Amino acid sequence: MTGAALLEVTDLGKRFGGFVALEAIELAVQDGERVGLIGPNGSGKSTLVNCMCGTLRHETGSVRFAGRMLDGLSAHERTRLGVARSFQLPRPFNTLTLAENLRIPLLYAVNARPGATLGALAIDERCAELLQMVGLAAKSAHMPRDLTQIEMRKLELARAMASSPRLLIADESMAGLSHGEVDDILALLIRLNEQGVTVILIEHIMRAVMHFSQRLVVLVAGRKIADGDPADVVRDPDVVRAYLGE
Amino acid sequence: MSGTKFVLALLIAAGVVFGAALLVGNSYVFFAGYVVLQYIALATAWNILGGYTGYVNFGTAAFFALGAYTTVVLHKLTTLPLPIMMPIGGIVSGIIGLGTGYLTLRLRGAFFSIATLALAVVVQTLITNWDFVGGSRGAYIVRPPTTPLLGIDYIQYLCLVMLALVVIVLATARAIERSRLGYGLATIRDDELAAEASGVPTLRLKLVATTMSGAFMGMAGAPLPYYVTYLDPTSGFNLAYAVNGVAMPLVGGTSSWFGPVIGAILLGTLQQVVTVTISSAVNLLIVGLVLVAFVIVAPNGILGLLRLQGRRS
Repeated sequence: MTGAALLEVTDLGKRFGGFVALEAIELAVQDGERVGLIGPNGSGKSTLVNCMCGTLRHETGSVRFAGRMLDGLSAHERTRLGVARSFQLPRPFNTLTLAENLRIPLLYAVNARPGATLGALAIDERCAELLQMVGLAAKSAHMPRDLTQIEMRKLELARAMASSPRLLIADESMAGLSHGEVDDILALLIRLNEQGVTVILIEHIMRAVMHFSQRLVVLVAGRKIADGDPADVVRDPDVVRAYLGE
Repeated sequence: MSGTKFVLALLIAAGVVFGAALLVGNSYVFFAGYVVLQYIALATAWNILGGYTGYVNFGTAAFFALGAYTTVVLHKLTTLPLPIMMPIGGIVSGIIGLGTGYLTLRLRGAFFSIATLALAVVVQTLITNWDFVGGSRGAYIVRPPTTPLLGIDYIQYLCLVMLALVVIVLATARAIERSRLGYGLATIRDDELAAEASGVPTLRLKLVATTMSGAFMGMAGAPLPYYVTYLDPTSGFNLAYAVNGVAMPLVGGTSSWFGPVIGAILLGTLQQVVTVTISSAVNLLIVGLVLVAFVIVAPNGILGLLRLQGRRS
Protein backbone atom coordinates (compact mmCIF):
# COMPACT_ATOMS: atom_id res chain seq x y z
CA MET A 1 0.00 0.00 0.00
CA THR A 2 1.43 3.35 -1.01
CA GLY A 3 -0.67 5.36 1.41
CA ALA A 4 -0.43 8.35 -0.90
CA ALA A 5 -3.30 7.38 -3.15
CA LEU A 6 -6.60 9.22 -2.69
CA LEU A 7 -8.67 6.20 -3.64
CA GLU A 8 -7.49 2.66 -3.16
CA VAL A 9 -9.52 -0.31 -4.27
CA THR A 10 -8.05 -3.63 -3.18
CA ASP A 11 -9.11 -7.10 -4.31
CA LEU A 12 -12.69 -5.95 -4.79
CA GLY A 13 -15.24 -8.62 -5.69
CA LYS A 14 -18.98 -8.50 -6.28
CA ARG A 15 -21.36 -11.21 -7.42
CA PHE A 16 -25.04 -11.18 -8.22
CA GLY A 17 -26.16 -14.71 -7.33
CA GLY A 18 -23.97 -16.97 -9.45
CA PHE A 19 -22.85 -14.18 -11.74
CA VAL A 20 -19.47 -12.71 -10.96
CA ALA A 21 -19.75 -9.03 -11.77
CA LEU A 22 -16.38 -7.94 -10.45
CA GLU A 23 -13.37 -10.02 -9.50
CA ALA A 24 -10.16 -9.01 -7.75
CA ILE A 25 -10.23 -5.40 -8.88
CA GLU A 26 -7.18 -3.36 -7.90
CA LEU A 27 -7.27 0.34 -8.52
CA ALA A 28 -5.36 3.27 -7.09
CA VAL A 29 -6.14 6.85 -7.98
CA GLN A 30 -3.78 9.64 -6.97
CA ASP A 31 -4.93 12.99 -5.68
CA GLY A 32 -5.62 15.34 -8.59
CA GLU A 33 -5.48 12.64 -11.24
CA ARG A 34 -7.79 12.28 -14.27
CA VAL A 35 -8.53 8.63 -14.81
CA GLY A 36 -10.60 7.16 -17.62
CA LEU A 37 -12.45 3.90 -17.04
CA ILE A 38 -13.62 2.03 -20.12
CA GLY A 39 -14.93 -1.39 -20.95
CA PRO A 40 -17.57 -3.03 -23.13
CA ASN A 41 -21.21 -3.00 -22.00
CA GLY A 42 -21.73 -5.28 -19.05
CA SER A 43 -18.07 -5.30 -18.08
CA GLY A 44 -18.86 -4.04 -14.57
CA LYS A 45 -18.04 -0.34 -14.82
CA SER A 46 -21.23 0.87 -13.19
CA THR A 47 -21.10 -1.94 -10.63
CA LEU A 48 -17.61 -0.78 -9.66
CA VAL A 49 -18.89 2.79 -9.30
CA ASN A 50 -21.79 1.55 -7.19
CA CYS A 51 -19.43 -0.41 -4.95
CA MET A 52 -17.09 2.56 -4.53
CA CYS A 53 -19.99 4.90 -3.75
CA GLY A 54 -21.84 2.60 -1.39
CA THR A 55 -24.93 2.03 -3.51
CA LEU A 56 -24.00 -1.66 -3.66
CA ARG A 57 -22.16 -3.71 -1.06
CA HIS A 58 -19.19 -5.65 -2.34
CA GLU A 59 -18.44 -9.10 -0.94
CA THR A 60 -14.66 -9.19 -0.92
CA GLY A 61 -11.87 -6.65 -0.79
CA SER A 62 -11.96 -3.11 0.39
CA VAL A 63 -12.23 0.49 -0.70
CA ARG A 64 -10.12 3.14 1.03
CA PHE A 65 -10.53 6.83 0.46
CA ALA A 66 -8.15 9.49 1.81
CA GLY A 67 -6.80 6.97 4.28
CA ARG A 68 -10.26 5.91 5.52
CA MET A 69 -11.88 2.56 5.10
CA LEU A 70 -15.20 3.03 3.28
CA ASP A 71 -16.47 -0.55 3.63
CA GLY A 72 -19.76 -0.67 5.46
CA LEU A 73 -20.39 3.06 5.17
CA SER A 74 -23.63 4.02 3.49
CA ALA A 75 -23.72 6.11 0.35
CA HIS A 76 -24.56 9.36 2.10
CA GLU A 77 -21.65 8.95 4.52
CA ARG A 78 -19.26 8.49 1.60
CA THR A 79 -20.66 11.59 -0.07
CA ARG A 80 -19.99 13.51 3.13
CA LEU A 81 -16.41 12.22 3.15
CA GLY A 82 -15.91 13.65 -0.33
CA VAL A 83 -16.81 11.00 -2.89
CA ALA A 84 -19.37 12.33 -5.37
CA ARG A 85 -20.91 10.64 -8.36
CA SER A 86 -23.17 11.46 -11.22
CA PHE A 87 -25.60 8.86 -12.48
CA GLN A 88 -25.51 7.30 -15.91
CA LEU A 89 -29.13 8.30 -16.47
CA PRO A 90 -29.71 11.70 -14.84
CA ARG A 91 -31.74 11.36 -11.64
CA PRO A 92 -32.82 14.88 -10.77
CA PHE A 93 -35.21 15.62 -7.90
CA ASN A 94 -38.21 16.23 -10.10
CA THR A 95 -40.40 18.19 -7.69
CA LEU A 96 -37.63 20.64 -6.80
CA THR A 97 -36.35 23.55 -8.86
CA LEU A 98 -32.83 23.49 -10.28
CA ALA A 99 -31.54 25.75 -7.49
CA GLU A 100 -33.22 23.52 -4.89
CA ASN A 101 -31.69 20.44 -6.49
CA LEU A 102 -28.28 21.92 -5.76
CA ARG A 103 -29.27 22.97 -2.26
CA ILE A 104 -29.61 19.36 -1.17
CA PRO A 105 -25.90 18.42 -1.22
CA LEU A 106 -25.07 21.79 0.32
CA LEU A 107 -27.50 21.19 3.17
CA TYR A 108 -26.80 17.53 3.67
CA ALA A 109 -23.21 16.91 2.59
CA VAL A 110 -21.31 20.19 2.94
CA ASN A 111 -23.08 21.37 6.06
CA ALA A 112 -22.77 17.93 7.64
CA ARG A 113 -18.98 18.18 7.64
CA PRO A 114 -17.38 19.23 10.86
CA GLY A 115 -16.84 22.96 11.12
CA ALA A 116 -18.71 23.82 7.95
CA THR A 117 -21.96 25.67 8.36
CA LEU A 118 -23.07 27.61 5.36
CA GLY A 119 -25.72 30.16 6.17
CA ALA A 120 -28.86 30.57 4.08
CA LEU A 121 -27.25 33.36 2.10
CA ALA A 122 -24.03 31.46 1.43
CA ILE A 123 -26.08 28.49 0.23
CA ASP A 124 -28.04 30.64 -2.23
CA GLU A 125 -24.79 32.14 -3.51
CA ARG A 126 -23.16 28.77 -3.95
CA CYS A 127 -26.23 27.45 -5.83
CA ALA A 128 -26.10 30.41 -8.19
CA GLU A 129 -22.35 29.92 -8.65
CA LEU A 130 -22.76 26.24 -9.50
CA LEU A 131 -25.57 26.95 -11.96
CA GLN A 132 -23.39 29.64 -13.52
CA MET A 133 -20.55 27.15 -13.83
CA VAL A 134 -22.66 24.74 -15.90
CA GLY A 135 -24.45 27.51 -17.78
CA LEU A 136 -27.88 27.00 -16.25
CA ALA A 137 -28.05 30.23 -14.26
CA ALA A 138 -31.01 31.51 -16.26
CA LYS A 139 -33.05 28.44 -15.37
CA SER A 140 -32.50 28.34 -11.64
CA ALA A 141 -36.24 28.54 -10.89
CA HIS A 142 -37.17 25.98 -13.55
CA MET A 143 -38.11 22.38 -12.89
CA PRO A 144 -35.91 19.55 -14.17
CA ARG A 145 -38.65 18.46 -16.61
CA ASP A 146 -38.11 21.71 -18.54
CA LEU A 147 -34.50 20.77 -19.33
CA THR A 148 -33.00 19.27 -22.46
CA GLN A 149 -30.88 16.15 -22.29
CA ILE A 150 -27.56 17.99 -22.11
CA GLU A 151 -28.89 20.43 -19.54
CA MET A 152 -30.03 17.47 -17.47
CA ARG A 153 -26.47 16.05 -17.58
CA LYS A 154 -25.06 19.39 -16.58
CA LEU A 155 -27.46 19.57 -13.66
CA GLU A 156 -26.38 16.06 -12.67
CA LEU A 157 -22.73 17.16 -12.67
CA ALA A 158 -23.51 20.38 -10.86
CA ARG A 159 -25.34 18.48 -8.14
CA ALA A 160 -22.38 16.13 -7.75
CA MET A 161 -20.09 19.15 -7.54
CA ALA A 162 -22.34 20.87 -5.01
CA SER A 163 -21.16 18.44 -2.36
CA SER A 164 -17.62 19.89 -2.79
CA PRO A 165 -16.06 16.47 -3.38
CA ARG A 166 -12.40 15.54 -3.52
CA LEU A 167 -13.23 12.76 -5.96
CA LEU A 168 -15.84 12.97 -8.70
CA ILE A 169 -16.97 9.83 -10.47
CA ALA A 170 -18.73 10.75 -13.71
CA ASP A 171 -20.65 7.74 -14.95
CA GLU A 172 -21.23 8.13 -18.70
CA SER A 173 -22.13 11.76 -18.44
CA MET A 174 -21.79 12.23 -22.19
CA ALA A 175 -23.74 9.29 -23.64
CA GLY A 176 -26.13 10.40 -26.34
CA LEU A 177 -24.74 13.91 -26.62
CA SER A 178 -23.63 15.63 -29.82
CA HIS A 179 -20.01 16.39 -30.69
CA GLY A 180 -20.20 19.96 -29.42
CA GLU A 181 -22.05 18.97 -26.28
CA VAL A 182 -19.41 16.37 -25.44
CA ASP A 183 -16.78 19.11 -25.73
CA ASP A 184 -18.84 21.26 -23.38
CA ILE A 185 -18.94 18.59 -20.69
CA LEU A 186 -15.26 17.72 -21.21
CA ALA A 187 -14.24 21.35 -20.75
CA LEU A 188 -16.31 21.44 -17.59
CA LEU A 189 -14.67 18.30 -16.18
CA ILE A 190 -11.17 19.51 -17.02
CA ARG A 191 -11.89 22.83 -15.34
CA LEU A 192 -13.05 21.02 -12.23
CA ASN A 193 -9.89 18.94 -12.26
CA GLU A 194 -7.79 22.09 -12.50
CA GLN A 195 -9.56 23.28 -9.36
CA GLY A 196 -8.17 20.24 -7.58
CA VAL A 197 -10.93 17.66 -7.94
CA THR A 198 -9.80 14.15 -8.79
CA VAL A 199 -11.98 12.78 -11.58
CA ILE A 200 -12.79 9.24 -12.70
CA LEU A 201 -14.50 9.36 -16.07
CA ILE A 202 -16.48 6.39 -17.26
CA GLU A 203 -17.23 6.76 -20.91
CA HIS A 204 -17.76 4.99 -24.21
CA ILE A 205 -16.88 7.94 -26.41
CA MET A 206 -13.19 7.20 -27.06
CA ARG A 207 -12.42 10.67 -28.40
CA ALA A 208 -13.53 12.12 -25.07
CA VAL A 209 -11.77 9.50 -22.97
CA MET A 210 -8.47 9.86 -24.83
CA HIS A 211 -8.62 13.64 -24.64
CA PHE A 212 -9.47 13.64 -20.94
CA SER A 213 -7.54 10.82 -19.32
CA GLN A 214 -4.02 10.93 -17.94
CA ARG A 215 -4.39 7.24 -17.22
CA LEU A 216 -6.74 4.65 -18.67
CA VAL A 217 -8.20 1.60 -16.92
CA VAL A 218 -9.98 -1.13 -18.86
CA LEU A 219 -12.52 -3.54 -17.40
CA VAL A 220 -13.62 -6.61 -19.29
CA ALA A 221 -16.06 -9.15 -17.87
CA GLY A 222 -15.52 -7.96 -14.32
CA ARG A 223 -11.72 -8.00 -14.44
CA LYS A 224 -9.19 -5.26 -14.91
CA ILE A 225 -7.16 -6.11 -17.98
CA ALA A 226 -5.19 -2.92 -18.49
CA ASP A 227 -4.13 0.15 -16.55
CA GLY A 228 -1.68 2.75 -17.74
CA ASP A 229 -0.89 5.44 -20.24
CA PRO A 230 -3.92 5.86 -22.54
CA ALA A 231 -1.92 5.65 -25.75
CA ASP A 232 -0.29 2.38 -24.65
CA VAL A 233 -3.49 0.90 -23.26
CA VAL A 234 -5.48 1.29 -26.50
CA ARG A 235 -2.72 -0.56 -28.36
CA ASP A 236 -2.66 -3.37 -25.80
CA PRO A 237 -3.54 -6.61 -27.65
CA ASP A 238 -5.89 -7.73 -24.81
CA VAL A 239 -7.82 -4.48 -25.02
CA VAL A 240 -8.05 -4.61 -28.79
CA ARG A 241 -9.29 -8.21 -28.57
CA ALA A 242 -11.93 -7.26 -26.01
CA TYR A 243 -13.30 -4.51 -28.17
CA LEU A 244 -12.84 -5.87 -31.68
CA GLY A 245 -12.69 -9.62 -31.14
CA GLU A 246 -9.97 -11.91 -32.49
CA MET B 1 -44.52 34.76 6.80
CA SER B 2 -42.25 33.78 9.63
CA GLY B 3 -42.96 30.79 11.85
CA THR B 4 -44.10 32.84 14.83
CA LYS B 5 -46.41 34.96 12.71
CA PHE B 6 -47.86 31.84 11.17
CA VAL B 7 -48.59 30.31 14.58
CA LEU B 8 -50.15 33.60 15.65
CA ALA B 9 -52.34 33.64 12.54
CA LEU B 10 -53.34 30.02 13.21
CA LEU B 11 -54.25 30.86 16.81
CA ILE B 12 -56.36 33.81 15.69
CA ALA B 13 -58.08 31.62 13.07
CA ALA B 14 -58.68 28.96 15.71
CA GLY B 15 -60.10 31.59 18.08
CA VAL B 16 -62.42 32.90 15.39
CA VAL B 17 -63.62 29.38 14.54
CA PHE B 18 -64.29 28.59 18.17
CA GLY B 19 -65.96 31.94 18.82
CA ALA B 20 -68.19 31.54 15.78
CA ALA B 21 -69.20 28.06 16.93
CA LEU B 22 -70.08 29.48 20.37
CA LEU B 23 -72.19 32.15 18.72
CA VAL B 24 -74.22 29.58 16.81
CA GLY B 25 -75.20 28.24 20.19
CA ASN B 26 -76.04 24.75 18.97
CA SER B 27 -73.97 21.93 20.44
CA TYR B 28 -74.28 19.92 17.20
CA VAL B 29 -71.85 22.40 15.66
CA PHE B 30 -69.27 21.18 18.16
CA PHE B 31 -70.03 17.52 17.52
CA ALA B 32 -69.59 17.99 13.79
CA GLY B 33 -66.75 20.45 14.18
CA TYR B 34 -64.78 18.01 16.32
CA VAL B 35 -64.86 15.41 13.54
CA VAL B 36 -63.73 17.88 10.89
CA LEU B 37 -60.90 19.11 13.13
CA GLN B 38 -59.87 15.55 13.89
CA TYR B 39 -59.63 14.89 10.16
CA ILE B 40 -57.54 18.01 9.60
CA ALA B 41 -55.04 16.68 12.16
CA LEU B 42 -55.20 13.16 10.73
CA ALA B 43 -54.86 14.24 7.10
CA THR B 44 -51.95 16.55 7.90
CA ALA B 45 -50.23 13.77 9.86
CA TRP B 46 -50.71 11.40 6.93
CA ASN B 47 -49.29 14.00 4.58
CA ILE B 48 -45.99 14.23 6.46
CA LEU B 49 -45.25 10.68 5.37
CA GLY B 50 -47.51 10.36 2.30
CA GLY B 51 -47.13 13.78 0.73
CA TYR B 52 -43.73 15.06 1.81
CA THR B 53 -41.89 11.73 1.85
CA GLY B 54 -43.91 9.85 -0.78
CA TYR B 55 -44.72 6.80 1.35
CA VAL B 56 -48.44 5.99 1.16
CA ASN B 57 -49.70 4.74 4.50
CA PHE B 58 -52.92 2.71 4.52
CA GLY B 59 -52.61 2.00 8.23
CA THR B 60 -53.84 5.35 9.50
CA ALA B 61 -56.60 3.64 11.50
CA ALA B 62 -54.04 1.63 13.48
CA PHE B 63 -52.06 4.68 14.64
CA PHE B 64 -55.27 6.58 15.31
CA ALA B 65 -56.85 3.74 17.30
CA LEU B 66 -53.64 3.17 19.28
CA GLY B 67 -53.91 6.73 20.49
CA ALA B 68 -57.54 6.15 21.41
CA TYR B 69 -56.81 2.91 23.23
CA THR B 70 -53.93 4.50 25.09
CA THR B 71 -56.52 6.90 26.47
CA VAL B 72 -58.77 3.97 27.45
CA VAL B 73 -55.89 2.41 29.38
CA LEU B 74 -54.92 5.70 31.02
CA HIS B 75 -58.54 6.41 31.86
CA LYS B 76 -58.82 3.09 33.67
CA LEU B 77 -55.52 3.39 35.51
CA THR B 78 -55.10 7.09 36.19
CA THR B 79 -56.90 10.38 36.59
CA LEU B 80 -54.68 12.27 34.18
CA PRO B 81 -56.31 15.14 32.31
CA LEU B 82 -56.89 14.75 28.58
CA PRO B 83 -54.21 17.23 27.45
CA ILE B 84 -51.65 14.98 29.21
CA MET B 85 -53.12 11.79 27.77
CA MET B 86 -52.80 13.08 24.21
CA PRO B 87 -49.00 13.32 24.13
CA ILE B 88 -48.82 9.88 25.76
CA GLY B 89 -51.05 8.48 23.02
CA GLY B 90 -48.78 10.26 20.57
CA ILE B 91 -45.70 8.64 22.06
CA VAL B 92 -47.26 5.16 21.83
CA SER B 93 -48.27 5.65 18.20
CA GLY B 94 -44.94 7.31 17.47
CA ILE B 95 -43.05 4.28 18.75
CA ILE B 96 -45.21 2.02 16.60
CA GLY B 97 -44.51 4.37 13.71
CA LEU B 98 -40.77 4.06 14.34
CA GLY B 99 -41.08 0.27 14.48
CA THR B 100 -43.09 0.22 11.28
CA GLY B 101 -40.45 2.36 9.64
CA TYR B 102 -37.70 -0.04 10.69
CA LEU B 103 -39.56 -3.15 9.58
CA THR B 104 -40.59 -1.75 6.23
CA LEU B 105 -37.52 0.25 5.35
CA ARG B 106 -36.72 -1.94 2.40
CA LEU B 107 -40.24 -1.69 1.00
CA ARG B 108 -41.18 0.98 -1.46
CA GLY B 109 -44.32 2.03 -3.29
CA ALA B 110 -47.28 -0.33 -3.13
CA PHE B 111 -45.35 -2.83 -1.01
CA PHE B 112 -44.94 -0.33 1.79
CA SER B 113 -48.66 0.44 1.60
CA ILE B 114 -49.58 -3.23 1.81
CA ALA B 115 -47.34 -3.63 4.85
CA THR B 116 -49.09 -0.75 6.63
CA LEU B 117 -52.45 -2.33 5.82
CA ALA B 118 -51.18 -5.56 7.38
CA LEU B 119 -50.01 -3.60 10.43
CA ALA B 120 -53.55 -2.26 10.90
CA VAL B 121 -54.96 -5.79 10.85
CA VAL B 122 -52.36 -7.06 13.32
CA VAL B 123 -52.91 -4.20 15.78
CA GLN B 124 -56.67 -4.55 15.54
CA THR B 125 -56.45 -8.29 16.25
CA LEU B 126 -54.27 -7.63 19.29
CA ILE B 127 -56.67 -5.02 20.68
CA THR B 128 -59.71 -7.19 19.99
CA ASN B 129 -58.15 -9.90 22.11
CA TRP B 130 -57.03 -7.66 24.93
CA ASP B 131 -59.64 -7.91 27.63
CA PHE B 132 -58.36 -5.05 29.74
CA VAL B 133 -59.46 -2.49 27.14
CA GLY B 134 -62.76 -4.25 26.57
CA GLY B 135 -61.75 -6.69 23.87
CA SER B 136 -64.37 -7.07 21.18
CA ARG B 137 -67.10 -5.94 23.60
CA GLY B 138 -65.65 -2.47 23.65
CA ALA B 139 -65.01 -0.09 26.50
CA TYR B 140 -67.33 2.44 28.09
CA ILE B 141 -65.76 5.73 29.04
CA VAL B 142 -67.53 7.96 31.51
CA ARG B 143 -66.69 11.56 30.84
CA PRO B 144 -65.53 13.57 33.82
CA PRO B 145 -68.48 15.61 35.18
CA THR B 146 -66.64 18.90 34.78
CA THR B 147 -64.18 20.41 32.37
CA PRO B 148 -61.00 22.10 33.52
CA LEU B 149 -62.20 25.28 31.82
CA LEU B 150 -65.10 27.04 33.45
CA GLY B 151 -68.23 27.83 31.51
CA ILE B 152 -67.97 25.39 28.64
CA ASP B 153 -69.44 21.91 28.45
CA TYR B 154 -67.50 18.79 27.64
CA ILE B 155 -68.04 18.65 23.90
CA GLN B 156 -66.92 22.26 23.61
CA TYR B 157 -63.88 21.34 25.65
CA LEU B 158 -63.07 18.42 23.34
CA CYS B 159 -63.43 20.71 20.38
CA LEU B 160 -61.05 23.21 21.93
CA VAL B 161 -58.48 20.51 22.67
CA MET B 162 -58.69 19.27 19.09
CA LEU B 163 -58.37 22.82 17.81
CA ALA B 164 -55.17 23.20 19.83
CA LEU B 165 -53.83 19.97 18.32
CA VAL B 166 -54.68 21.20 14.82
CA VAL B 167 -52.68 24.38 15.47
CA ILE B 168 -49.70 22.32 16.66
CA VAL B 169 -49.87 19.87 13.76
CA LEU B 170 -50.26 22.57 11.11
CA ALA B 171 -47.45 24.68 12.56
CA THR B 172 -45.21 21.59 12.56
CA ALA B 173 -46.15 20.58 9.03
CA ARG B 174 -45.44 24.06 7.68
CA ALA B 175 -42.17 24.27 9.57
CA ILE B 176 -41.08 20.94 8.07
CA GLU B 177 -41.91 22.14 4.58
CA ARG B 178 -39.54 25.08 4.84
CA SER B 179 -36.75 23.29 6.65
CA ARG B 180 -33.72 21.20 5.85
CA LEU B 181 -35.79 18.19 6.90
CA GLY B 182 -38.49 19.12 4.38
CA TYR B 183 -35.96 19.22 1.56
CA GLY B 184 -34.55 15.89 2.68
CA LEU B 185 -37.98 14.27 2.73
CA ALA B 186 -38.73 15.65 -0.73
CA THR B 187 -35.58 14.03 -2.14
CA ILE B 188 -36.69 10.68 -0.70
CA ARG B 189 -40.00 11.12 -2.49
CA ASP B 190 -38.26 12.00 -5.74
CA ASP B 191 -35.32 9.60 -5.89
CA GLU B 192 -33.81 7.74 -2.96
CA LEU B 193 -30.59 6.73 -4.73
CA ALA B 194 -29.89 10.28 -5.82
CA ALA B 195 -30.78 11.48 -2.32
CA GLU B 196 -28.17 9.17 -0.77
CA ALA B 197 -25.62 10.29 -3.34
CA SER B 198 -26.31 13.87 -2.30
CA GLY B 199 -25.58 13.11 1.32
CA VAL B 200 -29.14 12.67 2.56
CA PRO B 201 -29.38 10.00 5.30
CA THR B 202 -32.55 8.53 3.77
CA LEU B 203 -33.11 5.82 6.36
CA ARG B 204 -32.94 8.20 9.30
CA LEU B 205 -35.22 10.75 7.66
CA LYS B 206 -37.73 8.03 6.76
CA LEU B 207 -37.82 6.99 10.41
CA VAL B 208 -38.31 10.61 11.48
CA ALA B 209 -41.24 10.86 9.07
CA THR B 210 -42.91 7.59 10.10
CA THR B 211 -42.49 8.47 13.77
CA MET B 212 -43.83 12.01 13.48
CA SER B 213 -46.71 10.99 11.26
CA GLY B 214 -47.66 8.12 13.59
CA ALA B 215 -47.35 10.29 16.70
CA PHE B 216 -49.69 12.98 15.35
CA MET B 217 -52.20 10.33 14.31
CA GLY B 218 -52.10 8.91 17.82
CA MET B 219 -52.61 12.35 19.29
CA ALA B 220 -55.60 12.90 17.00
CA GLY B 221 -57.08 9.62 18.20
CA ALA B 222 -56.47 10.15 21.91
CA PRO B 223 -59.61 12.22 22.68
CA LEU B 224 -61.84 9.81 20.70
CA PRO B 225 -62.96 7.67 23.70
CA TYR B 226 -64.27 10.81 25.43
CA TYR B 227 -66.01 11.88 22.25
CA VAL B 228 -67.80 8.60 21.53
CA THR B 229 -67.93 7.47 25.23
CA TYR B 230 -68.04 3.88 23.95
CA LEU B 231 -65.09 2.55 21.98
CA ASP B 232 -64.90 -0.86 20.33
CA PRO B 233 -62.30 -2.11 17.84
CA THR B 234 -64.69 -1.84 14.88
CA SER B 235 -65.21 1.85 15.42
CA GLY B 236 -61.66 2.65 16.55
CA PHE B 237 -60.08 0.86 13.59
CA ASN B 238 -62.78 1.99 11.21
CA LEU B 239 -61.85 1.86 7.54
CA ALA B 240 -63.11 5.43 7.27
CA TYR B 241 -60.00 6.74 9.02
CA ALA B 242 -57.65 5.01 6.62
CA VAL B 243 -59.68 6.02 3.57
CA ASN B 244 -60.15 9.61 4.69
CA GLY B 245 -56.53 9.87 5.77
CA VAL B 246 -55.49 9.13 2.19
CA ALA B 247 -58.38 10.82 0.36
CA MET B 248 -58.30 14.19 2.12
CA PRO B 249 -54.67 15.09 1.34
CA LEU B 250 -55.07 13.78 -2.22
CA VAL B 251 -58.20 15.84 -2.81
CA GLY B 252 -56.69 18.95 -1.26
CA GLY B 253 -53.19 18.53 -2.67
CA THR B 254 -50.17 16.91 -1.04
CA SER B 255 -47.52 19.48 -1.90
CA SER B 256 -48.28 21.92 0.90
CA TRP B 257 -49.65 21.97 4.44
CA PHE B 258 -52.74 23.73 3.15
CA GLY B 259 -53.82 20.84 0.90
CA PRO B 260 -54.85 18.40 3.65
CA VAL B 261 -56.66 21.27 5.41
CA ILE B 262 -58.77 22.03 2.33
CA GLY B 263 -59.38 18.32 1.72
CA ALA B 264 -60.36 17.63 5.32
CA ILE B 265 -62.70 20.62 5.53
CA LEU B 266 -64.30 19.76 2.20
CA LEU B 267 -64.70 16.02 2.64
CA GLY B 268 -65.21 16.16 6.40
CA THR B 269 -68.00 18.73 6.12
CA LEU B 270 -69.56 16.93 3.16
CA GLN B 271 -69.62 13.70 5.17
CA GLN B 272 -71.21 15.41 8.16
CA VAL B 273 -73.87 16.97 5.95
CA VAL B 274 -74.54 13.66 4.21
CA THR B 275 -74.75 11.86 7.54
CA VAL B 276 -77.57 14.07 8.80
CA THR B 277 -79.36 14.60 5.50
CA ILE B 278 -79.11 11.27 3.65
CA SER B 279 -77.57 8.46 5.69
CA SER B 280 -74.42 7.70 7.58
CA ALA B 281 -73.76 4.73 5.32
CA VAL B 282 -73.37 6.88 2.20
CA ASN B 283 -70.32 8.55 3.79
CA LEU B 284 -67.58 6.45 2.26
CA LEU B 285 -69.36 6.23 -1.08
CA ILE B 286 -69.14 10.01 -1.28
CA VAL B 287 -65.42 9.88 -0.52
CA GLY B 288 -64.95 7.27 -3.23
CA LEU B 289 -66.82 9.31 -5.81
CA VAL B 290 -64.99 12.52 -4.95
CA LEU B 291 -61.65 10.69 -5.10
CA VAL B 292 -62.42 9.23 -8.53
CA ALA B 293 -63.51 12.64 -9.77
CA PHE B 294 -60.30 14.22 -8.52
CA VAL B 295 -58.04 11.58 -9.99
CA ILE B 296 -59.59 12.37 -13.37
CA VAL B 297 -60.04 16.14 -13.15
CA ALA B 298 -57.34 17.27 -10.74
CA PRO B 299 -54.67 14.66 -10.07
CA ASN B 300 -52.70 17.19 -8.01
CA GLY B 301 -55.67 18.09 -5.84
CA ILE B 302 -57.31 21.46 -5.38
CA LEU B 303 -53.93 23.12 -4.81
CA GLY B 304 -52.70 21.73 -8.12
CA LEU B 305 -55.84 23.05 -9.82
CA LEU B 306 -55.34 26.50 -8.32
CA ARG B 307 -51.69 26.56 -9.31
CA LEU B 308 -52.62 25.64 -12.88
CA GLN B 309 -55.15 28.47 -12.95
CA GLY B 310 -52.52 30.83 -11.62
CA ARG B 311 -50.09 29.83 -14.35
CA ARG B 312 -52.67 30.26 -17.12
CA SER B 313 -53.79 33.72 -16.09
